[in-house]
Amino acid sequence: MSEWWTYTLSDLILFSAHAYYRLFELYNAAVWPAQIAVFAAGVAILERALRARSPETVGRWIAVLLAAAWLWVGFAFHAARYATLNTAAPVFAWTFGFEAALLLILGAFRGRLVFGRPETVAERVGLVLSVLALTVFPFASVLSGRGLRAAEVFGLAPDPTAVGTLGLLLLSKPRPRWPLMIVPVAWCVATGAVLWVLKTPDFWVAPLAAAVAVGAAVAAAVAKRSAARR
Amino acid sequence: MRRFEARKEAVSRRSFLASLAAAGAAAALRPPAMAAYPAAAARGPILTKPIPSSGEALPVVGLGSSITFNVGNDPAAENGCAEGMRAFFAEGGRLIDSSPMYGSSQQVIGYGLKKLGQPKPLFSADKVWVNDGEKGPAQIQESEAQWGIPRFDLLQVHNLMGWEEHLPTLYRMKADGKLRYVGITTSHGRRHGDMEKIMRKEPLDFVQLSYNAVDREVEERLLPLARDRKIAVICNRPFQKGDLIDRVERAPLPPWAAEIDCANWAQLLLKFVVSHPAVTCAIPATSNVEHMKENIGAAYGRLPDEAMRQRIVQAVEKI
Repeated sequence: MSEWWTYTLSDLILFSAHAYYRLFELYNAAVWPAQIAVFAAGVAILERALRARSPETVGRWIAVLLAAAWLWVGFAFHAARYATLNTAAPVFAWTFGFEAALLLILGAFRGRLVFGRPETVAERVGLVLSVLALTVFPFASVLSGRGLRAAEVFGLAPDPTAVGTLGLLLLSKPRPRWPLMIVPVAWCVATGAVLWVLKTPDFWVAPLAAAVAVGAAVAAAVAKRSAARR
Repeated sequence: MRRFEARKEAVSRRSFLASLAAAGAAAALRPPAMAAYPAAAARGPILTKPIPSSGEALPVVGLGSSITFNVGNDPAAENGCAEGMRAFFAEGGRLIDSSPMYGSSQQVIGYGLKKLGQPKPLFSADKVWVNDGEKGPAQIQESEAQWGIPRFDLLQVHNLMGWEEHLPTLYRMKADGKLRYVGITTSHGRRHGDMEKIMRKEPLDFVQLSYNAVDREVEERLLPLARDRKIAVICNRPFQKGDLIDRVERAPLPPWAAEIDCANWAQLLLKFVVSHPAVTCAIPATSNVEHMKENIGAAYGRLPDEAMRQRIVQAVEKI
């Protein structure tokens, strides 16, 4: 009688919002000043994605950097820190590792991520999401009253990393790569659910970003199929 | 709703004498760190109820650790929890409850106990929470190591997970003197049917379930059954994980709360829970010193009779 299905989500979230955001404060203090380097790397990724002279090579390098970010977040955040609060965090760590492996295989080795100036609606949505993840997410903690010390930075924290990855995947040509979107979308839904249980006012941000990304990707796929029929 | 007898029996002469004896023993055995605790005797003895299977007296308010003690590796929060535990013991508290499911809670309790010099009054209650019965003993050993104690007073099968395999292990530990009491738990109204079946056939010392002024389903079958089977009852979620406190604090405390020595809503809600004749104690979870003092204040003074219990329910339902 293991009866896992008798648990509701709130039965499984056995930590407070205060403890969760203290985790970010302590994490940020421990890795400082990595935030500056990671932010600079994020800006460089976006700049290279938009102005790539050799799109395929740039795509491979961006895939490597994204894979490194997912691996780091899986190890340094989920396994080393979040696991002290949430017994499910080791599963998240493995899932982030899986996404890192997928990025390496599909992006770095097979060269499936090709970047350039955004031309379609989906690509422009991707640009917006990428900029949001890089520049708005870190200050969301300030707007929500949690202070800059609890800032969530792209490449270090899971939520902006997932949203930023979705943005970059939408930016890639000739179409978004569905297999690479599964884990980021799933994470955005999962984190939204956790933050909802914790009664965090901005719980909707990551799920909304994921919904917009999926919507844009579907619209792009439909438009491409329609164009092919003509 | 079922009607209850007046609660005169709840604080029996036997439990009063037992609490005095326990207080005397605790004073005699008090380690240096305990000597700093202020006396709680000014309000009279703490209210206790006997564990039916042994007669041992337990204060009617204990301390839960779900969520509030799960603070990760945060030194400031660990120290905050330790201060909460200091206030708990200073006010006469004994029972602390945890589970391997509660993240870092066991480790934080262990930190607090060590900091407080392993308080002698501690009544340690933990759980086994793993599907595979063969992994139960190893998990229990790990839990004892986290708490930093040689044995638990009470071990419970958490949310009935793998209870068929765990209960024989716990009975064996009890027979070998490695455990004093055996129990099972549920929460949020889950699996009451299974719980009732187990209570009818197993020689349990304790059950733990959710009960508060709003969630009163257990009054129908489980609480009367516990009384008939002489099983002690620990009540979790007395504040619905804080939602109930948030709700009632929108309204002023009724003036008649003073008739049962309640200075705040937390005490009124806790006194409702622990005044049920079948209930042994409630375990509100907090690490906040002020909230801790408020909570354990419910273990002092008068308890509501049945008419007052009804009044509390009506007052809460109106808000």
